[in-house]
Amino acid sequence: MTGGKMQEPLLTVRDLIVEFPTRRGTLRALDQVSFDIAPGEVLGMVGESGAGKSLTGAAIIGLLEPPGRIAGGEIRLRGERIDNLPPEAMRRIRGRRIGMVFQDPLTSLNPLYTVAQQLIQTIRTHMDVSESEARKRAVGLLDRVGIPAAARRIDDYPHHFSGGMRQRVVIALALAAEPELVIADEPTTALDVSVQAQIIDVLKEICAERGASVMLITHDMGVIAETADRVAVLYAGRVAEIGPVRDVIQHARHPYTAGLMGAIPTLEQDSDRLVQIPGAMPRLNAIPTGCAFNPRCAHVFDRCRAERPILQRAAPNHHVACWLTEEGSA
Amino acid sequence: MLAFILRRVLQSLAVMLVVALVSFALFRYVGDPISTMMGQEATIADREALRERLGLNDPFVVQFFDFVTRAVQGDFGISYRLQQPVMELILSRLPATLELALVSGVLAFLFGVGFGVYTALRRRGWLSTTIMTVSLVGVSLPTFLIGVLLIWLFAVELQWLPSFGRGEVVDIGDWWTTGFLTPSGRASLILPAITLGLYQMTLIMRLVRAEMLEVLRTDYIKFARARGLSNRAIHFGHALKNTMVPVITITGLQLGAIIAFAIITETVFQWPGVGALFINSVRFVDVPVMAAYLMMIAVIFVVINLIVDLLYYAVDPRLRVDRAGAGH
Amino acid sequence: MTTDTQSRVARVWDSDIMWSFRHSPVAIVAGLVVLLIALAALFAPWIAPTNPYDPSQLNLMDGFTPPMEANAFTGNSYILGTDNQGRDVLSTILYGTRISLFVGISAVLFAMVLGITLGLIAGYRGGWVDGLLMRIADVQLSFPSILIALLIFGVARGLIPPAYRETMAIWVLIVAIGLSDWVQFARVVRGATMVEKSKEYVQAARVVGAHPVKILIRHILPNVMGPVLVIGTIGLALAIIAEATLSFLGVGVPPTQPSLGTLIRIGQQYLFSGEWWILLFPSIALLALALSVNLLGDWLRDALNPRLR
Repeated sequence: MTGGKMQEPLLTVRDLIVEFPTRRGTLRALDQVSFDIAPGEVLGMVGESGAGKSLTGAAIIGLLEPPGRIAGGEIRLRGERIDNLPPEAMRRIRGRRIGMVFQDPLTSLNPLYTVAQQLIQTIRTHMDVSESEARKRAVGLLDRVGIPAAARRIDDYPHHFSGGMRQRVVIALALAAEPELVIADEPTTALDVSVQAQIIDVLKEICAERGASVMLITHDMGVIAETADRVAVLYAGRVAEIGPVRDVIQHARHPYTAGLMGAIPTLEQDSDRLVQIPGAMPRLNAIPTGCAFNPRCAHVFDRCRAERPILQRAAPNHHVACWLTEEGSA
Repeated sequence: MLAFILRRVLQSLAVMLVVALVSFALFRYVGDPISTMMGQEATIADREALRERLGLNDPFVVQFFDFVTRAVQGDFGISYRLQQPVMELILSRLPATLELALVSGVLAFLFGVGFGVYTALRRRGWLSTTIMTVSLVGVSLPTFLIGVLLIWLFAVELQWLPSFGRGEVVDIGDWWTTGFLTPSGRASLILPAITLGLYQMTLIMRLVRAEMLEVLRTDYIKFARARGLSNRAIHFGHALKNTMVPVITITGLQLGAIIAFAIITETVFQWPGVGALFINSVRFVDVPVMAAYLMMIAVIFVVINLIVDLLYYAVDPRLRVDRAGAGH
Repeated sequence: MTTDTQSRVARVWDSDIMWSFRHSPVAIVAGLVVLLIALAALFAPWIAPTNPYDPSQLNLMDGFTPPMEANAFTGNSYILGTDNQGRDVLSTILYGTRISLFVGISAVLFAMVLGITLGLIAGYRGGWVDGLLMRIADVQLSFPSILIALLIFGVARGLIPPAYRETMAIWVLIVAIGLSDWVQFARVVRGATMVEKSKEYVQAARVVGAHPVKILIRHILPNVMGPVLVIGTIGLALAIIAEATLSFLGVGVPPTQPSLGTLIRIGQQYLFSGEWWILLFPSIALLALALSVNLLGDWLRDALNPRLR
């Protein structure tokens, strides 16, 4: 479907469905989400809160909170299915092949253990190395993520570090066992504006250096524009648009993406400026039939209300789920 | 570190002073020591002489100072009822109470933490549901009723265990007697220890369960899972350690409660401890014993509080402000 | 104002509470058991087969009759048997429950009035008054309430001349249990008062010359009714258990007015000689009462105010 580069993708997500059974019926939080991540690629994932960005990350790493569950589709890591693995096998993949960075560095670290203890434990869980070897690696990692005097600071407790420094520690922990894919869930949202850029740089550099792919979840288009190779736009648990960052930003095909970028939809030159999208994203129990975006869309027509648009190619590597695209390109 | 301990010690001393004041007021103003000591026939002149001799006419502050000085030296006067020095009475019965409290405290802690962790990790299992239901009934069961029912079952019907007393005890050192060293002493401990520990166990269990569930929802546990750490490392390394921080405080305070609740258990099992002594002193308005018991309980509570604070300090590095980090 | 309060009560009662009650089997069963026990205790003199404390109705020969069996000497039969003195156990339980409930409810009411008053004072006055009251509350909370009750009971006995100790015992007991239990009420009311006192209508009341405390009482009491009811219900279970415990220890109600705790104390003496019914039936009555009130309190807490947890 996408396949940005010719080689085999590192991660393949196909028609992923995540559901939450509740007393009043089953809520579908992710509905047939599909995308690929190539080796070494940075995929940005944007959308409003509740669009399903974080859920996608949790589903990939196998940490959906019960009662949430994968109800359909598949997730493959280098061609091997990982969405139906037994818990113990999935645990071995977490940290070792897929790492994850969470939003809030203040709460991501266990306050009762030193940074060294947490790093060494993580390294030795996945790698057969001695305590001293693990420690050497840990110091190297801290040094690499930019902790000054790493050899000394490693024995400090998390509360001895500032927010930005802690997020560096979190990145070091996520990368401790050299995973091939790092899922970064809003890694800078909780940080001071002054350090956000540094953290993103560190993350990007260290991943590039190790050839690790990144799935960068954020609502900040600025971060995406600077960091990502490609971007996927999620709306109400569905992929609205996916493509190279430059294309999506400059030539947004989906009216929602366009609104998100604060730009004019390029398809219809005479349309109104869509600086702000009126209304709010529908709740999961009230997703409209057809296109989920149709009640808010300025370009809505009958087909949008009746039929759900499928993700289709609009340009090389650029896919959009919007009937306008079909009309436009047809 | 030193300042912290010093402040705690000073606070403890202040609490002790207040308790001493209550204790003294009790000692001095509840019941008339003169009529208790001399009987009805004494003349007014005799009473006045004794009053003077005992220093009862001295100013309040002087009397209080006297009381505290003697209390610090372990002198609480003579029991009205038993005509023995109060301190001797208490010391001779203290080992029985402390051994009972220790055993039931350890039982309550081990089973409380064990059940708490189990019910938190296996939330939907039938065993968890059973444990939680039984614990609800346990909270509504008065301690004395548990004791009586245990006696009925294990002493009367099954005749497995003794129902009263400490069994055979062995002297250790000058004044300590222990029941740990003889079979009958150990057997005698079982029913009272369970009775005394059951309620505390339920409390600890519910607390551990609630805290554990809370901790398991935290970000650092999610992050630990995302790093692929084993369940064992997550549950018993990361989660349990964080759970124990508040649990230690409450459990420590429960230890004090256990010694107080021993009053009931000791009465049910005719256990020769200080609790039974206190109940009799209440029944017969034996004021010196009541005052001394109050002071003893206060000392125990204060000491436990102090130890709990220090433990807290040892477990939680955030309280150690010895090294100023880059943060905050 | 009273009609306003009443309509508010009616509204609360109609909506959430009743709905939650109808949907909680545990609450319904517990409620029925409490109602049944309360009615039985209230009408004990009319329901009980005998008056166990009327010497003219007693026959010592009837002593130790097992339940549902004919007595070897007199041929009389009793549903739950008789105790050592030939008293019908069922009747002693009915009369005993009466006393247990009376002491429990009185103690809780006493604690409630005391706690609400002190809570209002602490919250309204603030400063050192508040500091002092809350320190006392802290110290009291760190000791088990049964110990506090015992101590107060002991002190009161020391202060009361021996001749009156018997007759005053039940009131001393009520005060002792009540004094050991006021803290929770005071804390809730204090918190609500501190929130309300800074609001404009209280300041306005002062300007127009109305006493702000009166206004506060009128506004705060309806607000804290929920939590107070919950604390009261759970407190009732605790008070019943405390009374039973003290009476079991022999320092509670006088032997002439035996409560459930006294009955269990008496029954314990006959455990080894095989007269199990003297102990068992009062124990079941006490457990049923304490457990039901507790469950009702738990349910009420969840239904009225989930935040209180």
